[in-house]
Amino acid sequence: MASTRDLRRRIKSIKNTSQITKAMQMVAASKMRKAQQSALAGRPYATLMNAVLAEVTHHAGEFSNPLMEVREIKKRALIIISTDKGLCGGLNSNLLREAGRLDKNTTIYITAGRKGSQFIARTKRQLAAEFTYKDTPLFSEARAISKFAQEMFLKGEVDRVEVLFTNFISTLNQKPEVRSLLPIGEIKGVQAEVEGEGRGTDLLRGATEFLFEPGAEHVFGALLPHYLNFQVYQFLLEAKASEHSARMVAMKNATDNAKQLIKDLSLEYNKLRQANITKELLEITSAAMSMG
Amino acid sequence: MANTLRLEIVTPAAKTYSDDVEMVTLPGVEGEMGIYPLHVPLLTQVVAGEVAVRKNGQDSFFAVGDGFVEITGERVAILTDMAVKGDDIDERKAEEARQRAEARLQEKLSDEETALVSASLAHSLAQLKVKRRQRR
Repeated sequence: MASTRDLRRRIKSIKNTSQITKAMQMVAASKMRKAQQSALAGRPYATLMNAVLAEVTHHAGEFSNPLMEVREIKKRALIIISTDKGLCGGLNSNLLREAGRLDKNTTIYITAGRKGSQFIARTKRQLAAEFTYKDTPLFSEARAISKFAQEMFLKGEVDRVEVLFTNFISTLNQKPEVRSLLPIGEIKGVQAEVEGEGRGTDLLRGATEFLFEPGAEHVFGALLPHYLNFQVYQFLLEAKASEHSARMVAMKNATDNAKQLIKDLSLEYNKLRQANITKELLEITSAAMSMG
Repeated sequence: MANTLRLEIVTPAAKTYSDDVEMVTLPGVEGEMGIYPLHVPLLTQVVAGEVAVRKNGQDSFFAVGDGFVEITGERVAILTDMAVKGDDIDERKAEEARQRAEARLQEKLSDEETALVSASLAHSLAQLKVKRRQRR
């Protein structure tokens, strides 16, 4: 049985811990709101860009760009977007379990975020580059990553580039997902929900080819890299929103657990204290009685 | 049907505009162009400048940055890195931003930085242009 002093000490330390987790929960909550907003705000742009590309590639005819070249897959690159810090529940372990599924010998990894690079180092996989991104991801950070991936693809070092990130679904739900980045071919997740597309376009579609100004090659040359950059940027935003959400939930659980623990320990402490007092009283009275 | 165009102006930060309009004038990479409903499908780049939107005979203006525009017979989708409505432009801020950007351009910068600074310079110039036209 623990002494009252031990119990007091434990209660105090748990109180301290709960204060810290509470503070982290608050910080994560405010960051989460911001990150969620920017992730959601970026979605219309991404959707529209997808729609434009899908429609245009459909009409572009024989036109092709080196970024669209489909090759036999001998080597692939995986961009892992993880977090820098831990304490966000199972987010990283879920993410990295996906990463571990791919074949060690044919996959080259590119990481953004420290947890990812640690994982690669620990499991002795091939790391091509390590990138960092800040709490509010910048477009230039995304551009650096996507540029690197494009160069690798164009040089023929890899035949396929995929991105592994945590997709933000809701505050309580985030899912690790793999999306293909290069070659640009299957642009999916389009149609249907795109606004302003009536039935009328179907008539125009197929009947007319798209015009390009100044020229298809020129426009595509600018559009495709931009599309990739933006895609990566959106992935970063989603990953950030997921990270902060997961952290907030994890910290909330920790705080709740600490509170429960304090309650239980306080009860035990009070019981023990009372028992001690009773014991002392008994001793005093029995001593008095034996004297009398 | 087909008297109006669905115009959408979208930036990474927000959907700035989405409405049915009668005509759009935008700064294409090969010069300004006006688009009416049933325009031939076209994909082109836009440069920083001014987009004029006519709705119910009333013109309103937007300052936009670099980007792309997709035109189908009934839809104009402008994807750009900046879009500000004429009324929301803060002229003083835009002017300050322009001066800051111009000062930065005098320094020695890497290619990456130069591109960034010229983009922000183009943004502020576009905003100023829209604002000054409104006053005239």
